[in-house]
Amino acid sequence: MSAGEYQQATRASVRGGGGTTPVAARSRLLSFVASGAPLVAVIVAAAVFAPWIAPYGEAQFVGGVWDPPSAQHWLGTDNLGRDMVTRLVFGARNTISIASLATALAFGLGVLLGFAAAAIGGWLDTLVSRAMEILLAIPVLISALMVLSVLGNSLPVLVVTIGLLESTRVYMIARAVARTIVVREFVAAARLRGEGLGWLLAREILPNTLGALAAEAGLRFSFIFLFIASLSFLGLGIQPPAADWGSMVRENAQAIDFGLPVPLYPAAAIAFLTIGVNRLVDRYLAAIARPGAT
Amino acid sequence: MTRLIAARVLAGLVTLLVVSALLFFATDWLPGDVAAALLGPQATPEALATIRASLGLNEAAPLRYLHWLAHALHGDFGRSLATGRTVLGVLLPRFANTVVLAGLAALVSVPLALGLGIASVMRAGGRLDRLISTLCLVTISVPEFFIGYLLILLFSVQLGWLPSLAVLNGGMSLAQRLGAITLPVITLVLVVLAHMLRMTRAALLSVMSAPYIEMALLKGLRRRTVVLRHALPNAAAPIIAVIALNLGYLVVGVVVVEVVFVYPGAGQLMVDAVGKRDLPLVQACGLAFAGTYVVLNLIADIVAILVNPRLRAA
Amino acid sequence: MSGRRTHPVLRIEGLSVCSAAGLVLVDDISLQLAGGEVLGLIGESGAGKSTLGLAALGYARGGCRITAGRILLGGTDLRLLDAEALRRVRGRRVAYVAQSAAAAFNPALRLIDQICEAPVRHGLSTRRAAEQRAIEAFRALDLPDPEVFGRRYAHEVSGGQLQRAMAVMAMACAPELLVLDEPTTALDVTTQIEVLAQLKRLIARSGTAALYISHDLAVVAQIADRLLVLRQGKLVETGPTAALLARPQTDYARALVAERGGAAARAAPAQGSEVLRVEGLAVRHGRRDAVSDASLRIEAGETLAVIGESGSGKTTLAYAICGLVPAHAGRVSLAGVQLAADYARRSREQLRRLQLVFQLPDVALNPRQSIASIVGRPAQFYFGTRGPALAGRVAELLGLVGLDPALAGRRPGELSGGQKQRVCIARALAAEPDVLVCDEVTAALDPLIAEEVLQLQRRLQEQLGLAYLFITHDLATVRRIAHRVLVMWRGRIVAQGATAQVLGEGRHPYVNALCASEPEMRPGWLEETLARRAAEAQAGPFQSAGGT
Repeated sequence: MSAGEYQQATRASVRGGGGTTPVAARSRLLSFVASGAPLVAVIVAAAVFAPWIAPYGEAQFVGGVWDPPSAQHWLGTDNLGRDMVTRLVFGARNTISIASLATALAFGLGVLLGFAAAAIGGWLDTLVSRAMEILLAIPVLISALMVLSVLGNSLPVLVVTIGLLESTRVYMIARAVARTIVVREFVAAARLRGEGLGWLLAREILPNTLGALAAEAGLRFSFIFLFIASLSFLGLGIQPPAADWGSMVRENAQAIDFGLPVPLYPAAAIAFLTIGVNRLVDRYLAAIARPGAT
Repeated sequence: MTRLIAARVLAGLVTLLVVSALLFFATDWLPGDVAAALLGPQATPEALATIRASLGLNEAAPLRYLHWLAHALHGDFGRSLATGRTVLGVLLPRFANTVVLAGLAALVSVPLALGLGIASVMRAGGRLDRLISTLCLVTISVPEFFIGYLLILLFSVQLGWLPSLAVLNGGMSLAQRLGAITLPVITLVLVVLAHMLRMTRAALLSVMSAPYIEMALLKGLRRRTVVLRHALPNAAAPIIAVIALNLGYLVVGVVVVEVVFVYPGAGQLMVDAVGKRDLPLVQACGLAFAGTYVVLNLIADIVAILVNPRLRAA
Repeated sequence: MSGRRTHPVLRIEGLSVCSAAGLVLVDDISLQLAGGEVLGLIGESGAGKSTLGLAALGYARGGCRITAGRILLGGTDLRLLDAEALRRVRGRRVAYVAQSAAAAFNPALRLIDQICEAPVRHGLSTRRAAEQRAIEAFRALDLPDPEVFGRRYAHEVSGGQLQRAMAVMAMACAPELLVLDEPTTALDVTTQIEVLAQLKRLIARSGTAALYISHDLAVVAQIADRLLVLRQGKLVETGPTAALLARPQTDYARALVAERGGAAARAAPAQGSEVLRVEGLAVRHGRRDAVSDASLRIEAGETLAVIGESGSGKTTLAYAICGLVPAHAGRVSLAGVQLAADYARRSREQLRRLQLVFQLPDVALNPRQSIASIVGRPAQFYFGTRGPALAGRVAELLGLVGLDPALAGRRPGELSGGQKQRVCIARALAAEPDVLVCDEVTAALDPLIAEEVLQLQRRLQEQLGLAYLFITHDLATVRRIAHRVLVMWRGRIVAQGATAQVLGEGRHPYVNALCASEPEMRPGWLEETLARRAAEAQAGPFQSAGGT
């Protein structure tokens, strides 16, 4: 079994530990909160409306180093005296937009190739799959480090590199899902009619995979987001002075030695977003797995 | 069966070769000029030519790869552009440190994951199961550095039990080394444990939905017997795949953890080398990590073949 | 055959079972079973027979719940027991024999380990004693090498042998009640006979009461003392076998009994033009030929049935004619024009005139498309019909196959099996083909629904002059609808000609064997067949065509 298939099974199993949703309104509210939707919504809203809601400028110096939280600076200041809340808000914007672009690239490419490989089959499928397997044999971090060491880490390079590397994972999952659809007789019926590849992919395969793909998109986004944050933390991702949650952890790491939890703010933000997205995906999967749904 | 294993080993070797080529060409394909980058803008054309010749940059790429490969097989990865020392000399002791860190983490996390995974399936839907699921979800979602710094804040700064920097030098005793390494190991374990646990549980649950499991229940066997005697043997192959996959996670997670704790391992080394564009070092580190990953997957595949009941009688 | 004990082994009163979604699977059923008696549960798929059978073990599958009633096993109400007590009853006092033995055995454990597991864990016997009894049971059921048979794994053993092993496993604890859930359905027709006979012997010898579940009335008639007919979870009729078969009281039971009766073979149609010709077709599968040297002809308005057991190559032949599977020799011609071996190289017009209808309507329809798009697409694709004209054509086609045009807006998931198969036929008709290749289209349908579909096909043929290539394994179907028939065995055509002749007197030996293996709906047929087989044990090679 591939990693992707395990991830699929894993997601399904996580919700297996939970019970069914009670009907009482209060429990519904709790359930909604726990679903991760409000968390994700708040963070995404912050990212979108950053320039309007941030109290200060992204690179504006407003105080001393690591000032404690106060009325003007709810989370204090960072290692260069910039307002932490502002940095967090702009960091959301930067990191999320890059992660979204990379996810879109990974997904578009991976799904297209994966579906085509499953639909066409034969030597094309074998060729592409072997190539992908070889690429998959190298951990993403290592590949990314190698490429970044050569091409540098400008934003386009980051997006394209991560997008291409992650597309291999998406390819595997898309292909696996498409293969289960392709063996069903209605696809053979469409082929026998004389339908072309485009029709097969768009009208026969795709509509039957939307559920799985949506879940995968969510999870892929959270992987990619974490990955970019990690790269930035290592100093190889988004460069200063642009705000970015991963770099912020690195920049403020020293505060730990003084007992100040400053680097934990951006780290916690990262955690909240990924937990929220993962939770949403799990709930979604649970909802579509119920009989009578689709 | 031996034929299958031999075929798989061969495939693994071929993969290793192709991976090394990929890594070589990834770094070799330069949009810039290494010689100019090394010597700076004041370099004379003669000096540039000399450097290029000495670095073998005039040869065709495939030839350079073969040279590099031949050298590599003899243990010669060239010299670090930053320090001038042999790459192997720099890499080897650091890689050993990384192996120790990852190995300890694996040693702790694998039995824990298996035990907790089996326990949660035996009481599927119970309180333990739900607790484990929630904790897993949280631990998987957070970045390694979050866990690392949190642990440092708690155990190092607030409680002062353990050092925050995993500094190792020659004169330390075993106890001191273990003390220095404890927090990094715990961080790694937490990261990997969650993944492994979820996947183990998923693999087991997937086996539990098979018809022969229902049959076993209809024969009146205890759930514990059914899980251990009927489900587990069939889940062995997928679980081993899970473990190998997660040992791969370790390969990646170790890099970040080393940076958080400033641990002198190969991960830290590679990150520094990338920052300094020290290409020979980057290539060798990349090969070391990728190679480990490939070998681990190979071992997993072979064990899966050995364990498959359908091939046993053959 | 009548009970040795006076109190009933199983008494179910007013049982109701609901699915997780709230659908009623079993509705207020009551039944009674005396010791040593065999009760046959008959019904279509979805009638609730498996659910009822599992309820006898106090078990409900996959989220279903037993909502009402009492399940009295020898006086103990299973619904009142706690989990641990229920566990002790299962396997020991009541045992289950599943439909697919291959799925019921754990592939990772040896057979003998699984067979001896129940008696040992229920504390009834030691491992050694259980093994001995198992070996004796293997011997009694004619399993090869009884001493070592148990040391094999499930995948090393044939279907019929595995089914018998499962019977041994079920009897290992000498239960009071045996629940057999379609135990011979997954087997070849010729294997079915052997296993059926052995099950009958086993039950008679041990004096166990048995619930025999099946959709095949003829099979159940051979083994059951009493019958209970189920339809959509409700009890329709019940009574002693011979009486029910001879004088069914309700319409439904009457239809089930009559359904298997023969029908007049069809006379050849008026001479039409030849519409499909196949010459010397051969298809390779690995190293052997799945189909070798196949030749046939179909004329307009004619039905040619292709019959054979599983593995005979009939489906491969159909797929090769359609171009889904590449033939490496021979030619296929449509109205005189040769077709390419690969469908991808055929012209759109050629593809249009030769349509294929699949066996399983569940997977033959895209669950995400509406009926209107499914049926309308061929019209759009081949003839460019659009808009209101398309909607009109869809309504016309649905009416043609006997469906309410209002179904056009629905999705396949909302339709029944019979309706879905009609949609498949409508889709094929939308292309206005000359030849319809039907791959076992009624095999997955219940007998009554299948009959309706066959009637529909006859009607369409008379109306539209269609030619059918009808693949099937069921002789009764062949007799009812085919003008000519073609018999396949191991990839070769062994007999071909008008139905009456091929299936009539003086048949080819293989056809003989095929006809003889089909259970007839009268008690005693089984014993006669076995006796006749034993007497003919030295006759030709086709006798062992099915094997075990």
